[in-house]
Amino acid sequence: MKKVEAIIKPFKLEDVKEALSEVGVEGMTVVEVKGFGRQKGHTEIYRGSEYTVDFLPKVKIEVVVEDSRSETVVDAIVKAANTGKIGDGKVFVSDVLEAVRIRTGERGADAVSGS
Amino acid sequence: MTPPAPLRRRLGRLPFFAVSAALCYASTSLHAAETSTLQSGDTAWLLTSTALVLFMMIPGLALFYAGLVRSKNVLSIFMQCFALTAVLSLVWLACGYTLSFTGDSGGFGTLDKIFLKGVTPSSTYAAYPNIPEHLWFAYQMMFFLITPGLFIGAFAERMKFSAILVFSVCWSLLVYVPTCWGVWHKLNFFGLTHVIDLAGGIVVHITAGVAALIACIMVGPRRGFPHTQMMPHNLPYTLAGAGMLWVGWFGFNGGSQVAANGNAAMTVVVTHISACAACVVWSLIEKIKVGKPSALGIATGSIAGLAAITPASGKVGPVGALCLGSISALVCWFFCAKVKQKFKYDDSLDVFGVHGVGGFVGTVLVAVFASPFFGGLGYAEGVTMGGQLVTQLLASLYTILLSGGVSIVLLKVIDLTIGLRVDSEQENQGLDLAEHGESGYNA
Repeated sequence: MKKVEAIIKPFKLEDVKEALSEVGVEGMTVVEVKGFGRQKGHTEIYRGSEYTVDFLPKVKIEVVVEDSRSETVVDAIVKAANTGKIGDGKVFVSDVLEAVRIRTGERGADAVSGS
Repeated sequence: MTPPAPLRRRLGRLPFFAVSAALCYASTSLHAAETSTLQSGDTAWLLTSTALVLFMMIPGLALFYAGLVRSKNVLSIFMQCFALTAVLSLVWLACGYTLSFTGDSGGFGTLDKIFLKGVTPSSTYAAYPNIPEHLWFAYQMMFFLITPGLFIGAFAERMKFSAILVFSVCWSLLVYVPTCWGVWHKLNFFGLTHVIDLAGGIVVHITAGVAALIACIMVGPRRGFPHTQMMPHNLPYTLAGAGMLWVGWFGFNGGSQVAANGNAAMTVVVTHISACAACVVWSLIEKIKVGKPSALGIATGSIAGLAAITPASGKVGPVGALCLGSISALVCWFFCAKVKQKFKYDDSLDVFGVHGVGGFVGTVLVAVFASPFFGGLGYAEGVTMGGQLVTQLLASLYTILLSGGVSIVLLKVIDLTIGLRVDSEQENQGLDLAEHGESGYNA
């Protein structure tokens, strides 16, 4: 199994969710996160006091799928989240050792597949 | 004595209502009119104004300030505003009112009316026989409690709750009361007899603004200031609070005419015009200097314009108000954005920069804009513009010295006894949890 973690622009979440649904992904975990890469932050000014905002709001999506589907999932995310502008985010793929569906006790690929 | 208008109308209708109940009612009203000077219209407007000024404190000022602090201190601001409202109202009842508005014992009033002793529903305060004394007490009470309410913004996020209460009560009795007594009751403030201060440019804004500056310096900056980022956590609160303050200010200034008449109407008009002019000018400054007009900027501008018109709103016309509001925005912006940065004092929510400076600008410039040349109502007999200017400057100076001096002594004593600040761990944790045992946001 692979875990696909994608850090994307928040307004792209709906698009990415739909793209993942279209390739058959039936569950995901979403976290609101902050961070920066090449995009850097911006400046905000309150009554003349300047603040540099380095950490920009992003959304992190986590999906765990069978090995064979990870490429499809990554492609779907990249296609949906791309704007071509700096700050679009990144996708990370890593191995997952075990998965358990708590309700039934199913393990491995059975735990992450649909139905 | 001419009976008040409503009574005249009732008497005029009498022949058409030849029922004994109406006769009875009319005769008791007539009897009351013979002995009472109360005017129902004035009374109704002052009752309304009293509610408006309380609304400025809670929730107006509380929201205005609460939005500007970090989320871990949001409740501490609400708590301080509510606690000051409650505690200072009781102090006003116990002795504040009588020391401000009864007699003369040299620098203060007397203790003749402690706990409103002897005041009945038919009592009136000598200068305003048109409203009940209870109402004068209540209306002035709101000014008594919002004045220290203003300065809590200067030492927000670090001062101990107990120290704030002790400081506010002592300061109110030693600074607010003598200033109020001299300017509004005795009409002789350290020998100055023609001070113009309709609603508290001196009594409220300069006193509180100076105390704010002294307190933020003596309490010391927030940990990490100015390197750590301390952005406002909820500007919509601040904007909503500013709007409530603006509405409430109609009662603050308009009510200070203590009459429902043309003067009150003019006061409300010039109050609004000054706020609007200051909004526009503050936004223009930001557009020019920073590139974008900000929501916090327009809200701050409105308060600067309102603070500046406060002393002047009984004397200046609409054009004077337009000028005064514009100038106050320029000067207050300069103090908030430039002077504070230069001298690095942590007046956290700009109490000095907006209220103190705004109140000072209005107090001084009313001497100019009261001139009929600017559409103002002119000066007292025998007083020239120059003479008025000197009076206003001296009154401001005396107030600065009184408030500054007393604040320094009080804060020093509190520092040596109960302490001014929470410890560093509590400050990092936030006052909500450290001082009040709760959190503002539990998602």
